[in-house]
Amino acid sequence: MITYAFRRLGHALLVLWATFTATFFLLYVLPGDAALSKAGVGGDGATLSPAELARVRADLGLDQPVVGQYATALLHALRGDFGTSTQTGAPALSMYVEAVPETLKLAGAALLLGLVAGTGWALLAAWTRWRLLRQALLALPAVGVSIPTFWIGLLLIQVVSFRWQLLPAIGNDGVRSLVLPALVLAVPTAAMSAQILSRSLEATLHAPYVETARARGASRSRVLLRHALRNSVLPVVTALGMTAGHLVGGSVIMETVFSRSGVGAITVRAVNVQDTPVVLVAVVFAAVVFVGVNLLVDLLYPVIDPRIQLRTARRTGLLRAGVAT
Amino acid sequence: MSLTEQVLPRLEPVPPVDPSTAGARADGDGGADVRPRPPRRTRPTLARLARQPGLLLAWTVLALVALAAAVPELFTDHDPLRPVGPRLTAPDSEFLFGTDNLGRDLFTRVVYGTAESVQAVVVAVLVGLVVGSLLGLLAGYLGGWVDDVLMRVVDVLLAVPALLISLAFITALGFGTVNIAIAVGIGNVASFARVMRAEVLRIRGSAFVEAATFAGIGRLRLLARHILPHTAGPVLVLATLELGLALLSVSALSFLGFGAPPPAPEWGSLVAGGRDYLAAAWWMASIPGFVIAATVLSANRIARSVNRHQVSAF
Repeated sequence: MITYAFRRLGHALLVLWATFTATFFLLYVLPGDAALSKAGVGGDGATLSPAELARVRADLGLDQPVVGQYATALLHALRGDFGTSTQTGAPALSMYVEAVPETLKLAGAALLLGLVAGTGWALLAAWTRWRLLRQALLALPAVGVSIPTFWIGLLLIQVVSFRWQLLPAIGNDGVRSLVLPALVLAVPTAAMSAQILSRSLEATLHAPYVETARARGASRSRVLLRHALRNSVLPVVTALGMTAGHLVGGSVIMETVFSRSGVGAITVRAVNVQDTPVVLVAVVFAAVVFVGVNLLVDLLYPVIDPRIQLRTARRTGLLRAGVAT
Repeated sequence: MSLTEQVLPRLEPVPPVDPSTAGARADGDGGADVRPRPPRRTRPTLARLARQPGLLLAWTVLALVALAAAVPELFTDHDPLRPVGPRLTAPDSEFLFGTDNLGRDLFTRVVYGTAESVQAVVVAVLVGLVVGSLLGLLAGYLGGWVDDVLMRVVDVLLAVPALLISLAFITALGFGTVNIAIAVGIGNVASFARVMRAEVLRIRGSAFVEAATFAGIGRLRLLARHILPHTAGPVLVLATLELGLALLSVSALSFLGFGAPPPAPEWGSLVAGGRDYLAAAWWMASIPGFVIAATVLSANRIARSVNRHQVSAF
């Protein structure tokens, strides 16, 4: 157990290091010049003399060779220093972390909503006997993952906020402003978990033990809820890491559509002005979320499903989660 | 990536289908006819399409989109960049999709924006296909430390949500439709690499590869002539699946404002342009968004049917 946990932790750290490295080199070989863009932002378009430019470069460490810059950046990053934002001059990490709670509210609400709706939907489809309705229920989640979320968001704003004047269209105040974005962000999550759960339920409902339960006279709802559901839910749990990743990505779009503040809004603004330290933080943070959730899920497997021994958990769990193939 | 993840497991266990049963299934089983049917592999596709109105509709939508991308003049006489009518006219018989805040015909702008969006999608899928397949091929064929290193790269690509990978690339490359396309393509590399690697591993162990090796064929030739063709099926099916997803990502990035600069029409940026007029002109954001949704749905519907008929198609 302990060795397993340590090995997983090692792998997680490796992925994080690689993410940092890849993103660093991607962002620092870019054609733009960080010194110029910083000078442009700070100096209100005024041109700098070469000497001043050189000083800005030295301040930012841009006169060092790339490998040296990388080593310094990595050491600093390990201490939680990702450099300062080129737009505001504030430390990139704290600027980003300050915005996390707002996004966490949004993503958390969407995750909860999505999982509940997705599970309910899959159960409803499995429960339905009328073939036509059942097929419609099974087909709809495929539509849910095909519709652009920004479009659903704008439609809802038009109808719910403008026509019915029920909920605020934009902003961050309170629970009322959270309803619409969380609802929209939950759509892909719900659709995805409904699809995964439907497929897994399909397999479980044909298992011999379900047949036994039925033969013993258990009602349909009991078979579905007590016997089948618990065994079918594992693939949904496995996909949680991926779901979390989707939510981080999706919140970028939702925060733009609903003009909310949060890490998504910060990321978009950073990309707009080539604020590389902040972009670096955003990418690494997303990787931390994904890796962290996966690590948690992997370690929780034996608790959720006692049949899984840790040795097999490594194989099946990771393969399905798509972490180590 | 979501759809891919879900459909991928279905790629592997497709059993070799007996042509006769395949024919029976396509005929819509449950007929009184119990005589063994002669294998009819070349049954007319159109007849099969007619029985699936959804699929037919999907093909029609994609055909229209392709046509609009190739010859936009066919659909409209207006200029996409010039005002042709009063501002903010609701959709009517003259302006099918209404006009925007500058009096430009929205239908014309959507039609002319098609080429840009379709191009971006094709480039994105191609980038993912080529780069991903190459990584998967090398990893699966060479094995050892190459495999280890390449798969760690894939781990990284999987660990970061595709949208953020794209945003990082856009930060590095700058704005523009082509850059969006490349950025989305890089985000898709991981799934192609994984499918390709699995296929190569599967085929590398088969007897005919062993025979070819013993016949003294060079490694490169073995790879190109004997292994690569056998991996085409699943990888191409994945490519069809990625088309719809790529359009979603491309239009999302263009919606965020990282695409072509303002006057040029592009599906995602048209939706973004309508955002400021949500209360005054519902059509400006809704209709281009609907076009995107319809196209993605069609592409996904077709991809699913291709996936299902994979065995008979390849």
